Formats: sequence, structure tokens, C-alpha cells
Amino acid sequence: MDLTFASISEIAEAVQSRKLSAVEAVSHFQKRIDSLDGRLNSFIAKNEHALKDAEAIDARIARGENVGVLAGVPFGIKDMFCTKGLKTTAGSKILENFIPPYDATAVARLKNAGAIVMGKLNQDEFAMGSSNETSYFGAVKNPWNLDCVPGGSSGGSAAAQAARLVAGTVGTDTGGSIRQPASFCGIVGVKPTYGRISRYGIIAFASSLDQAGPMVSTVRDAALTLEVMCGFDPHDSTTSQKNVPAWSKNLDADMKGLKVGLIKEYMRGSLHPDVQKTVDNSIETLKKLGAEIVEISVPMTEFAVPVYYLVCASEASSNLARYDGVKYGYRASFKNLSAVELEEFYGRTRGEGFGSEVKRRIMLGTYCLSSGYYDAYYNKAGQVRRLMTNQYLEAFKKCDVILSPVTTAPAFKIGERISDPLAMYLNDIFTTSTNLAGLPGMSVPFGMSQEGLPIGVQLTASHFEEQKMLNVALALENASSVKGQKPHVV
Amino acid sequence: MIDKKTLEHIARLARLQISDEEAQAYSDQLGKALGHFEQIAKINTAGVEPLVTPTEIEAYWREDVVAQEYSAEEMTANAPERAGNLFKVPPVV
Amino acid sequence: MSYRGYEPVIGIEIHVQLSTSTKIFSSESTSFSASDNENTSPVSVGMPGSLPVLNKKAVEYSIKTGLALGCEINRKSIFARKNYFYPDLPKGYQISQYDQPLCENGRVTFKVDGVEKTVTIARAHMEEDAGKSNHHGEYTLINYNRAGIPLLEVVSGPDIRSPAEAAEYARTIRQIVRYLDVCDGNLEEGSLRCDCNVSVRKEGATQFGTKVEIKNINSFRFVEKAIEYEIERQIDALERGEKIIQETRLWDPDKNRTFSMRTKEDAQDYRYFPDPDLLPVLVSEDMIARFRRELPELPIARALRFQEEHALPEYDASVLTTEKALADYYEATAQECKNYKAASNWIMTEVLRELKAAGKEIQDATIKPVQLGKMIALIDKGEISGKIAKTVFQEMWASGKDPETIIKEKGLVQVSDPAVIEKIIDEVLSANTQSVEDYKSGKKKNLFGFFVGAVMKASKGQANPEIVNKILQEKLK
Repeated sequence: MDLTFASISEIAEAVQSRKLSAVEAVSHFQKRIDSLDGRLNSFIAKNEHALKDAEAIDARIARGENVGVLAGVPFGIKDMFCTKGLKTTAGSKILENFIPPYDATAVARLKNAGAIVMGKLNQDEFAMGSSNETSYFGAVKNPWNLDCVPGGSSGGSAAAQAARLVAGTVGTDTGGSIRQPASFCGIVGVKPTYGRISRYGIIAFASSLDQAGPMVSTVRDAALTLEVMCGFDPHDSTTSQKNVPAWSKNLDADMKGLKVGLIKEYMRGSLHPDVQKTVDNSIETLKKLGAEIVEISVPMTEFAVPVYYLVCASEASSNLARYDGVKYGYRASFKNLSAVELEEFYGRTRGEGFGSEVKRRIMLGTYCLSSGYYDAYYNKAGQVRRLMTNQYLEAFKKCDVILSPVTTAPAFKIGERISDPLAMYLNDIFTTSTNLAGLPGMSVPFGMSQEGLPIGVQLTASHFEEQKMLNVALALENASSVKGQKPHVV
Repeated sequence: MIDKKTLEHIARLARLQISDEEAQAYSDQLGKALGHFEQIAKINTAGVEPLVTPTEIEAYWREDVVAQEYSAEEMTANAPERAGNLFKVPPVV
Repeated sequence: MSYRGYEPVIGIEIHVQLSTSTKIFSSESTSFSASDNENTSPVSVGMPGSLPVLNKKAVEYSIKTGLALGCEINRKSIFARKNYFYPDLPKGYQISQYDQPLCENGRVTFKVDGVEKTVTIARAHMEEDAGKSNHHGEYTLINYNRAGIPLLEVVSGPDIRSPAEAAEYARTIRQIVRYLDVCDGNLEEGSLRCDCNVSVRKEGATQFGTKVEIKNINSFRFVEKAIEYEIERQIDALERGEKIIQETRLWDPDKNRTFSMRTKEDAQDYRYFPDPDLLPVLVSEDMIARFRRELPELPIARALRFQEEHALPEYDASVLTTEKALADYYEATAQECKNYKAASNWIMTEVLRELKAAGKEIQDATIKPVQLGKMIALIDKGEISGKIAKTVFQEMWASGKDPETIIKEKGLVQVSDPAVIEKIIDEVLSANTQSVEDYKSGKKKNLFGFFVGAVMKASKGQANPEIVNKILQEKLK
């Protein structure tokens, strides 16, 4: 078995049946990380105990234990997830040396299923960005073209997965941060329904939008990993008590009779020709497989970007107030603590500890919530959000799954958009509405640009209907012409 | 453009000490962004209740049973400065 | 009381610390005596990724308190974030309730100097407590044990018109929460905290004056003093032609004055918005009905019942219902002896006196209600006299033994046999023939008391005084 390109389930089965040891799996990927990550910068911290963890898994299997469906599988974890005893930074200077005393629930679930944490993956600072250029720990390179961004904010996860430095990764998605980098790097990225995966231990960006999810190489691996991560958590009041279906077992690529919706409002804009071609091809493919294409209307998607930024900046401005140099994290240095005024203590700590995109969004959010502006900005955005969600739910009465582009263009060059925040924000035009409505969404690789950059197709389903979305993704994956293509850096 | 006074007020509310260059940059960028976002004002939202949690989630309330899982040492281990197990900060008036 | 032609307008915000076992949003203990930061978790220290999960008991206690205050319980209420920076606030925001609180529109009625007063309760909402700052001159040390303890903030309408009313209002709230057993109401320890809003206006004016908030009041006495001081201060200022600044002032108990707290004049903008980590608090009809059923009889209703059903005077009823435990003690005693007035008297005089001397609470009384009731029954049956009972009581208090046991051990049974008494009387009279002659001749009428005393002494106090009187009178005709 070529470990580098093995699927998660292949590795897990091999480890559990002792055809492969967890130690071998970990050593294999550790070598790859050591030799290749220098060019990508996808890792912030490595788990020094990975081999020991692998030994423990092997020992338990030797004793006859069933360790779990992710037995011995090396995983990379985005640095937004708290990992007990392992530095967790959210890509920020303000948490540069923070060592959490606890695991995020999602991480604990992965570990309980036998996964091995290889390290923490680079990301845009506090998940604010679409290119992984705002990280305090430096930009991440796209394995398909080192001059290009991998996307963001889960850029490290996408790059590490695409370059097969690990067998699986997880990321977080607030406005597209799993789907967009997955598309830019040619991997599968899934954001489940809001409430499926516990947010406990995941550093909060925007509480009503954040969701974690797998960023892996195949649809089946995504379904498997999703099943492990999802489920009610008594530590998170916003998790659903609904049962987690056996998505991976029930994957079915039979598209006959399935209704695929196309949002007519999305047809108005112009796409990069290669993206247009990829989307068109995917529609043709599904038609050939027996799916019915339906036009649907979600007019409020026109306002997705404004509503998204007003909501997420407001929530973030409050969520990031806890980074104050008191309990943990960075504290500005002062000659004489006893002479420092509180306002300066906070002001310098936060001014120095946060990067500029984070500060920009905190300012924006503070402004939107402030007296005199709350009604016009935050409250209004919340109202439009409800209208948008209602429209989506209406649309899902007419179709099973919505198909759309992930972005207007493939991965752009590093440095190209970073100096124009609004231009960067407008990138998110196709992904943010999914988070606003709490819908499950995913990106599956389906095309390639002329320059050899991957292009994904986005699928969205109604609340808790992940199976439908995964099924269509599987059908597309099976028919994809880019399946099996490998990035430059591998 | 957001005027200087407003920007200073917001920065103070958010406890962010920013340089003059940063202030100028934010003023331009935020002004531009808000200018774009203002388009939602024209949408008719009369009688619509704002949406916070986008999915139907069943309420879950905890039983009042003690579960003491962390020691004071663990909780203060990351403190930038501490005295014993207390967090140390500048003198608060 | 007249305030130089001005009328004081006072509103009070009381923070009731609910006596749940765990914090409002996390499972650590709320125990008072824990070592530094022992009662903490990632949630109460505001660590990255931590999330709040609501304690159902906090909801129960809050609803019960709202019902006891006559409030409407909102079927849907929302937790909102109150955003500001302070070291004792770990998340940089407090989870509270803003425009959709749990309880609204209640009222309490109480008496001040015999006059009935009703104060409206504008609202009562749930929120979390902050940590504690210990100031050490050169630096401050923060302890988050208290951070996250559930609070119910009870806000009165601006209906209070005097310092005495304010103190009585606060006492009434305290009494109610103690009756419900949702809070121990300890002002010194901070489980009940009063902030007072004071303004003045010319008598007859309809607009409110500028209100000033006063904090750091930790006794009912200080409630009165602080408000009194502030009223005078504001009137003085207005008389000088000055404007009242809307601000927060602290009460200084050493200097007996309020002083200004805020140095910067930046009005706080808390930027309230619904907390996206918590769902709306949805309360069902069934839940409210169940909590209403579980409410104990409240002090005012109970005192009224004592007056109407037990024929107790208003004063007695009021004293006995100050604390629920005391009222329970009284009723248990009365149930045993069926003599309401006697039970009331013995408790109000003897029991309360002993408790005060020993610095104890009624819960720690060494005499159980049943025992006291039995003792009273023995008096009523004539087995001991009221005077002997006092001795029995002292013995019971000291030893905790039953009255029957003590009477037996000390041989204190009252003698009511006329033959026995007559014998003693004969002995006394024959030993004092001169006095008998003096009495009979009408010279010294007050000798009757002397004869009674002598008989009582001869009988070691056990002779039934009524029978002694009757027979003596017969003999001395």
C-alpha cells in the first residue's frame, strides 16, 4: 500500500488488522512533513508525542481492542482547535504560547476513534481571511503552485492535505474557510449543518456561523470523518440532539431522480472561464447520470457578503474581548506594572498582539454594535439573515441539493489581494450565505484551470441533509477527470 | 471615510491602541466597507425578527451537579503573571 | 419627613446570589470557602473555545423568586452580552439579560412605621457574577472563584420615597429570598448586594431629576444612611445652583459620605446583543405551574394566617414570620400543644433571648419544637406551674432532654392535691400565728402574699398556686 495516497479508511483498516502499525503510519508522514513542509509552511506546531501516541494505539490493538474507525490515522488539526498540552495559537501572536489544558470535543472524538494528532496547522489569524496571508506565522503556499495562496482561512489544512503530509485534516468554516481552500487545493472539504459538530474548544470567531469539518482527499473519507466528529455535546448549548446518520455506509452515487438546484441569482455575475467550464461540466455530468436540473431563486444571496461581514465582525468583536493579557496569552511589556493604567494595559496588549485584519474586523464589529448603529447594522443584518434562510428553505422544497461555484476564480497569487480588504471580502460571494443559513455545504474537486490550479464545485443541502450532498459529491468524484492528479509538491 | 473622533472612540471601546497610520488606513478601509454594506438598508424587513441561531436546536439545560475537573494550577498555568494561583494585573483603582 | 421642599425618588437594584451548587454556565462548585481559583474551569476563566451551558436550577430559583415577587414570567427570554473591559470579567463581557428579561412587572408590599407601602418590581433577570479583585497597592490579584455564580438582578420601579422605605424594601426582598431558600441573603458576605439610584425633585414636579447610582452598601443601616446623605448632598448642590452629574458614587462607611467613583466621563456603551452561544430561554406553562405549586407560604400571607387562624396579634405574627425557620418552629410547637398564644410567648421571649445570647440561629436551637410544645401542654394540664416551667425550660435548653424527663429527674411535678396543700398551709399558719391574727384583724392586708410565699417555699415551688390561693383564702376568712 502506498501510504502517501492511501485513504483514511484504508489506513485505519490496515492498522486495526495489524497489517500496518500506527508507528509505521506516523513515521511515514512525519518524514514527509519534515522534508516537504519547509516549502509550504502549513504547520505551526508539531506533536512531539505522535510516535508515543502511535505506540499506545498499537499496544491496545495488540491487546485485542477495537480502537476505532480512524485507528492510527495521522491527522493535522487546524490551530483553531484546542489540543491539550499542545500549543494552540489561532494563527495569532496573542496566543503564541498558549497551551490549553483541554481538548476541543471534536479533537477528543477524533482521538477516541484512534486518530493520531501530527500537529497544528497554519491558518489566517483567528480564521479571518481567505488566503492564509494574515497568519502571524507566515503565509502558506499552495502545493499546486508555490506562488499562489492555498485559500483561507484553513489554508494550512488544505495545503497539508493536498501535499499528503497527513492522511486527513480538519478545519473550520465561518464564511467559506473550509470550502474555498479545499477548492483552491483540489481536496474535499465539508462544512456540516450548524449544530452538528461541537464548538467547545474551538476558538470562537463568529459563534452563530462557525462550524468545524473534515478536509480530506475523498468523499468517503469525508463522510467517515464527519461521523466521528458529529454529535450532541453537553458542553455546547448549540449542538443538535439529532442522531448522526451512518453517512459513509449509505453513500449512494445513483443520481436518478435527484433534483439539483441552480441559483438563478448566481448566473448574473461573471466567472473565470475555467471556473465556468468546470461548473458547466459538473451540471452536464449530473444530467447524464439522471439528475434533474432545476432553477431556483434565492434573491437575498445578493446581500450575503454585507450581511456576513456585519454579523461575523460584530460577534467576533465580542468573542475576541477575552484576549486581554490577564489570564493567558500575550501581554505587552511594561517597565513598571504598578504605574500602568488599565486602558493602556489593554490597549497595548491587544494593539500589539493582534494583526491588522483582526483589528480591522474588531473595529468594524464594535462600530456595528455601538449605540446609534446597532439597529441599522447588526439588527438589520440579522433580519436579512432570516429572510435569506427562509428563502433557502423554500428553495429546498423544489430541489434536493444546490450546485454552485465555490469562488469566481482559481487560487490567486500571494500578495495580490491582501492590500484591499473589501476586494478580499467580495471573494466570499458564493460561500457565506451557506453559513448564514446554517446549511451544510461542501467542495468537491472537479476541474483544473489552464494554469494547473484545481477548481472545486460547491454542493449545499438543507438542514441535516448531509447524505444528499455527499451522494452528489460522490457521483461527481467518480466522474471527475481530475481525480488522481497530484500537485507539484508531493 | 469614518471621521477621526469616531474612530478614536471605537478604538477605545475595543481597547485597541492603534497608530496614526493604522487609524488612517482603517478609516479609509472601514468607510469603504461600510459604504458597500449600507445597501442592506433598502431591504424591507418590517416585522422580521432577527435570526441568531440559524438551525432548530433543542434546548439543553444542565443538572446542578458539581463536576470539578480542573485544578487551580492548571487554570493559572498560562497566566502572563501570577502570584500563587492568582492572576496578577496592574493596580485597579 | 420633609426635605426642604424636595421629594426624593429612589430605585433599588438588588443582586441576589442564587444558592445553587454549581455556577450558572458551568459545573464548578460555588462553595464560599475554596482556595484561590480552585472553583474554576475553562468556562469561568474565559479560555479560548469555552462555551456556556445553562444550569436548570438557576432557572428554577429565578422563576420562583419572580413568582414570589408577583412578576409575570416571560415564556421566552434572551441572554445578552454586556460588553466591557475589567480584569474581574474574564470574557470581556458579562452574560446577562437586556431587553427580554425572565421576569417583569411585579410588586411587593410592606409596612414602614405601620404604614403600608407598595413598590413595583420593574424586572428581574438572570446574569453571571464577576470574579474578585484583591488590591495590593502595586498590583491587583484576580480570583475567578466567584465568576459565573448565578445572580438574579431585581430592579424596583422608582417608587421609593425615603431612606426608611428603601431599607424596608431591601429587608423585604431579603426575607422573601430566604423564605424561598434560593439565597442566604448575607449582605456582609455579598450574597445580597444593593445598589441605590437616588434623585430629587421639587415637591409636585412630574419630571424626574438626574439620578445618581450608589454602590458599596453592605448593610441595611448603610442603605438608610447612604441614601440620606445623598439626598442632602443633591439638595445642597441644587440649592447652590449646580447641576447633578449622572454618575456612580461609592458609599464610604468610615467617613459617612458618598464619593464619586468614575474619573473619566466616557459614558459606557455596553453594545448589548443576544448571546449566540445560548438559545432563548423557553419556559413552559407546566414548568411555571409546577414552580408555583412548590412555593412555600410567603411571609406576609403566613403572618396574616397566624393573625386570622391563630388569633395572634399583628406584632407577634410579624416577629414569628421574620424567618421561615422561625415560623416553622412556631407552628410545629403550636401543633404539639395547641396553644398558639403560649407558643408565641415562649418563643418570642425565652427562645429568642437564648438564641441571641448564644449568637445562634433558630435552626441551632437546642430545644426541639415538639419538646417545647410538650412543655406548654404540661403547663396547661396543670402538671407544672408557669414558674416551674421556666426552670424546666432552662434545663431543656442546656441538656436537650425532654420536659417529662427533666420533671421526673428533678421532682418538679406540681402538687395539686388539695389535701397535701392544705396540710402545708396548716403548717405555715400554725408557725405564724401572730401574722395570722394581724391579717385577720385587718391591720396588714399585704401579709397574704407572705403566706403564699411561705407555702410555695415549703412546697419547693411545686404547690399549685391557684389551689394555694383558694385554700388560704378559705382559711384566713
